Amino acid sequence: MNDYSRDEMMTVAAARMLWDGCVCFVGIGLPSAACNLARLIHAPGLVLIYESGTIGTRPTVLPLSIGDGELAETAACVVPLPDIFSDYLQAGRVDVGFLGAAQIDRHGNLNSTVIGSYDKPRTRLPGAGGATEIAAHARQVFIVMKASPRSFVATLDFQTSGGHFEGRGRSGARGAGPTAVVTDIGILKPQPDGEFALMAGYPGIPVEEARAAIGWKLIVAPQVETIAAPTAAELAALRALEARTEAAHREPVRLPI
Amino acid sequence: MTEFLPLSEAIAKHVPDGASVALEGFTHLIPFAAGHELIRQGRRDLHLIRMTPDLIYDQLIGMGAARRLTFSWGGNPGVGSLHRLRDAVEKGWPRPLEIDEHSHAGMAASYRAGAARLPFGTLRGYIGTDLPAHNARIRHVTCPYTGEELATVPALNPDVTILHAQRADRRGNVSIEGIVGAQREAGLAAKLLIVTVEEIVEELPPAMNGLLLPHFVVGAVSHCPGGAWPSYAQGRYARDNDFYLRWDDIARDRGCFTEWMERHVRGTADHRAFIESLRRVAA
Repeated sequence: MNDYSRDEMMTVAAARMLWDGCVCFVGIGLPSAACNLARLIHAPGLVLIYESGTIGTRPTVLPLSIGDGELAETAACVVPLPDIFSDYLQAGRVDVGFLGAAQIDRHGNLNSTVIGSYDKPRTRLPGAGGATEIAAHARQVFIVMKASPRSFVATLDFQTSGGHFEGRGRSGARGAGPTAVVTDIGILKPQPDGEFALMAGYPGIPVEEARAAIGWKLIVAPQVETIAAPTAAELAALRALEARTEAAHREPVRLPI
Repeated sequence: MTEFLPLSEAIAKHVPDGASVALEGFTHLIPFAAGHELIRQGRRDLHLIRMTPDLIYDQLIGMGAARRLTFSWGGNPGVGSLHRLRDAVEKGWPRPLEIDEHSHAGMAASYRAGAARLPFGTLRGYIGTDLPAHNARIRHVTCPYTGEELATVPALNPDVTILHAQRADRRGNVSIEGIVGAQREAGLAAKLLIVTVEEIVEELPPAMNGLLLPHFVVGAVSHCPGGAWPSYAQGRYARDNDFYLRWDDIARDRGCFTEWMERHVRGTADHRAFIESLRRVAA
């Protein structure tokens, strides 16, 4: 029996959803860890695109920012950022886009813009970045977020990017929208009407805990599948990746002046 | 003819109060030295344009240099908030800040249109988002060929774009390596382009497929080694991720931020002195 954290379970669960050869638009943080873990374990042909313009990126350590030098040095090619958004993402060449946010609603719409009103925000968040067009045009979207009633809300303060919103089918969005929300209490998937339901749980986490972490009345599938705990190999690879990353980020920078 | 000027003269001559200014570079090659020079010279009422405001606009905004911000993602990458940007938007400190907010795809289209001197850019974008309801500059057009409704954004043509690059040659050709973000588009969109460089060489080799900004689009070049720190210059020095983490503490508090800026930026003569003053603190 391995000892592992909920973050590790979540990262491993997200990594397992990626397949060899998949073209994946990666964000910083947990998605970047999950994608690189998948590449190291079971999907060596995974093609990672970072929005800074790197395609076919194979970093040995995880970047702190979306544009670290490590990404350019290990990429198959580096293209200007406008090309990434127009010629790759909007043109429908991305299989999976990863997104997180401060708030999500039951249809997988996301808010990463403001808490409170737009004109007088209580908390100003970073904003859309690549999220709006990733949500629209990646063939499918995996959302990765820790579950809590503060972030899984009945009503968003602002809709930054669209999930299964009313009218998506005739909106010009090319992708299928979010097909999974990977959380630390299990995995939610959309029902035919677009509302997310708990479809899979993790070992040792009761369904009641999952319900309590969601700020709307969560639909639970009649048969909740249990996802296998991280294997020793997955944990070893993930922890080694994180240790390499931490050491690299401590390296002092030498300036030429 | 490309001018070769010390950075302080380039800024004094070409960036007046009230100008619209784009300091581009996506995480990589952010022209920090030029931003600091704007602060040293006390520029006011600037319209700042940048996809990711990053620490450099956090500093300009916190020092009260900006009246307006055009942007598409305003955080400290991998760390969290830009506290000075947040304080300006949430509390109007040190002065209120108008915001013109976009998505990355939208802003990239604005720069591309600006570079081509077209009036607007189109994209299959801003779908499923509340942004157009809060930004009247995001509009829609019906495609005359297919009837599809597409989003439009007005061209961005900054009065001045400032970029940082690895090398320029004596004619003013500029060579950029590594992640280029929207540097090419922002540079070509500008009414005037200033480039700070790590190194000036006699003659750059032909760049068959590399990124080169030809001398006739480059208004001024300033030699400024280390000018992208704490961001980075591929092949020269790495991103100072540790400083990006420490900025979170420096910028969180108004007093602490102001003291740091007065001491290290306003209180130093140039970029070299700025770096030296930080080294003295670290020693």
